[in-house]
Amino acid sequence: MAIIERPSSVPAVVGDATSPALVTPTEALGVFKRPVSSTGWKSWVFTVDHKKLGIMYGVVALFFFLVGGAEALLIRLQLAAPDNTVLSADLYNQMFTMHATTMVFLFVMPMAAAFANYFLPLQIGARDVAFPRINALGFWLFLFGGIFLNTSWFLGGAADGGWFMYSPNSSPLYSPSHGIDFWLLGLQITGIASLIGAINLIVTIINMRAPGMSLMRMPVFTWMQLVTQFLLLFAMPVITVALFLLGFQRNFGAAFFDVEKGADPLLWQHLFWIFGHPEVYIIILPSFGIISEVLPTFARKPLFGYKFVVFSGAAIGFVGWGVWAHHMFASGLGPVSVAVFSAATMLIAIPTGVKICNWTLTLWGGKLWFTTAMNFAISVIVLFTIGGLSGVTHASAPADTQQTDTYHIVAHFHYVIVGGAVMGLFAGFYFWWPKMFGKLLSERLGKWNFWLMFFGVNLTFAPMHILGMQGQPRRMVVWPEKLTGEGFFNLGFWNQVATWGSFMIATGVLVFIINIVVTTKKGAKAPLDPWDARTLEWITASPPKEHNFDRVPTVHALDEFFHRKYEEVDSDSGTRLVKVKTAEEILAEEEANADTNIHLPSPSYWPIVLAFGFPIIAYGVIYNLLLSVVGLAIVLLGIFGWVLEPSVADDSDYDPPVDGSGPTKELASIG
Amino acid sequence: MADIAVHESEPAHEDHGHGHDDGHGAHVTSTGLSNNKLAMWLFLGSECLLFGGLISTYMLYRGRRGDDPGPAQLFDIPLTSVSSFVLLMSSLTMVLAVNAAKRNEHSNTSLWLIVTGLLGALFVGGQVYEFTVFYNEGVGFTTSLFASSFFTLTGFHGVHVAIGVIMLMATAAIAKRGRISGDKAEVVEMVGLYWHFVDVVWVVIFTLVYLIPA
Repeated sequence: MAIIERPSSVPAVVGDATSPALVTPTEALGVFKRPVSSTGWKSWVFTVDHKKLGIMYGVVALFFFLVGGAEALLIRLQLAAPDNTVLSADLYNQMFTMHATTMVFLFVMPMAAAFANYFLPLQIGARDVAFPRINALGFWLFLFGGIFLNTSWFLGGAADGGWFMYSPNSSPLYSPSHGIDFWLLGLQITGIASLIGAINLIVTIINMRAPGMSLMRMPVFTWMQLVTQFLLLFAMPVITVALFLLGFQRNFGAAFFDVEKGADPLLWQHLFWIFGHPEVYIIILPSFGIISEVLPTFARKPLFGYKFVVFSGAAIGFVGWGVWAHHMFASGLGPVSVAVFSAATMLIAIPTGVKICNWTLTLWGGKLWFTTAMNFAISVIVLFTIGGLSGVTHASAPADTQQTDTYHIVAHFHYVIVGGAVMGLFAGFYFWWPKMFGKLLSERLGKWNFWLMFFGVNLTFAPMHILGMQGQPRRMVVWPEKLTGEGFFNLGFWNQVATWGSFMIATGVLVFIINIVVTTKKGAKAPLDPWDARTLEWITASPPKEHNFDRVPTVHALDEFFHRKYEEVDSDSGTRLVKVKTAEEILAEEEANADTNIHLPSPSYWPIVLAFGFPIIAYGVIYNLLLSVVGLAIVLLGIFGWVLEPSVADDSDYDPPVDGSGPTKELASIG
Repeated sequence: MADIAVHESEPAHEDHGHGHDDGHGAHVTSTGLSNNKLAMWLFLGSECLLFGGLISTYMLYRGRRGDDPGPAQLFDIPLTSVSSFVLLMSSLTMVLAVNAAKRNEHSNTSLWLIVTGLLGALFVGGQVYEFTVFYNEGVGFTTSLFASSFFTLTGFHGVHVAIGVIMLMATAAIAKRGRISGDKAEVVEMVGLYWHFVDVVWVVIFTLVYLIPA
């Protein structure tokens, strides 16, 4: 529903006879009315509400997390013993390819998008994102793309070229199944989702801030999302080109990676990593943002060096574009390129180190409160630093060429991605759960969840450093018994430890799922401000009302909510903070001064229709181009339906005249 | 193509010098820039990287063709110059369309949009003709690395022009019925931004692909 909770005496009933005569829109475009359901499945499927879409992103991403996790467990089972036969070589290749693809594109990125969708408008005091229908389109494209990608399992086998899909190994000669075609087209579809999402969120951050919310008063999570979205904006088109080139080769016989015709396999590597390295920061920066919210809250002092954290994030965003070839040191780039990319890679450790220092100094002298969210956030500092330290050694090309394609590299990037990004996302779950659902996740189960995952991560990935140094290669389906070795550097022992560790992580995730179920069923209502939090999203009700804020807040300071609760008072022993208002009082004040006639974007049929056309086009490319024509027709129908859709659901959406003085405003613009 | 998320009936809060324009409901933004325009600029920025990747691929592969015909044998510079001129002129008519839209002249808006679309279609026609000639001379999509990257690069640009033509014609149809007025004139401007971008990209492609010898 578009009209919601008019706090004035005007009832919010559609078509209410007491409503005054309503304004006629300039001229409604379109034939179909917009959907109006505010309950039931329709209120989710046709929604354009950023909070609902955020939750939907989260649910689907969590599902894919379990899928990717199951794939990881199968990989670890296969490697637990020498010459193991859990998976065939072919299936093993598919398994590690899809594990990486699922975790990167279908879990970490969309889970970060879930948090961005839900909290970014709340943190900047907006009632929705700039383009709500595009937001919905992004979600449906992600969902359909993810499903499309995974249907390859049942249609002749999944992609088997590794998530980097190096050519010419990815040509039909070496990978004759349709797996890679599914991979290419699936990533194109989710890529569109990322691109339009990036445009939408950047416009939202730049243009939709509440009064007084200057850029340097924005919460760090919003800042890191801004950097992330810019990275996506410029990285997605590059992978799009690479995917098109390979797709044209596989499906239409183009020559791009055909070495016999003189092709240069490095072209793929460059295109892939020009996307792929910024992608690394796309994965990690949202997590950096989350823990930059969690640490100050539970250290009960402001973030140390807010400006440094913000600018070092932006610096990572810039320098991140100049380091891609460190993934290619072993390919013989030549000494000049190698030296330049070595130096740039070492350089990017500086802004990252700045952040680590800032977080540590935020904890320094704080009254630390070890909630589960805080545990996860601190573990990010620790685990990411370990991963960062092994990472910066890879900046040195001679060391890297020794370690490349060994388990040492696997250890490194799992420490930064699982230890950094995933643990950060879990900090976000525990921190923001009461805001999203009005209930606190159980802290007791939370501690189990945390410690199982923390020890699990270390047990799984720390031994891989040793395995890699011993020379165990990545992506090999078996390791032979005769290489088992003896003593401390024992392949057999450390592989088993890693496998046990991976099951420990899985148990931790299971506890998290149980925690969700238990909390949803039995959890008591959470207090309005359970953590004594600092930023704007906590100023409103939990869960937030459909229109987010009763009154659009006016922002006076960084950590606005904190400053509304506390005042500095001078006393003999210096200045100290005194709590002057509770969250309940602040909320009551906002409700008393609520805006009237709040308009929200109406739900829409078209995002899901438009998104549905894309997987059909993709199946058509693989099986029969006629099907693609059908898909294209659906997409065109979707676009025209979208453009011609009336801008609001029905006449009752228009403002009633104030004091009978006629229309108060021009009405919504073209949809 | 935008929804307006925040649409209040009262100036409910004091303004802190962020250029809010509360008298004009549709575009209350922090910077004063319209959301639609900002989004279009961001999209075009992203498109630069798309064409950057395609152009790089072509530059890498333009000399790799074995014994098959290459740029020197295939390209008909006078013909392509004419079609390039047609495309560049369409930018002029696009400006006229935007101008007419701002003045609320519905029939002129729609007229110039149609002229722009026809010029664009003429360009696409020229490209189809050119592709046919190349194909008949024995250079197909799969012939050589040069051929694959040439057809992909110019084909992507052609598809962009074709989508632009559809946008222009659709906008013309809506404008004809007088449904693009007032602040909706921005719709025409947005199509214009896209159209000019496609033109500028062609200037780069024409120079790098056709004019500079391999």
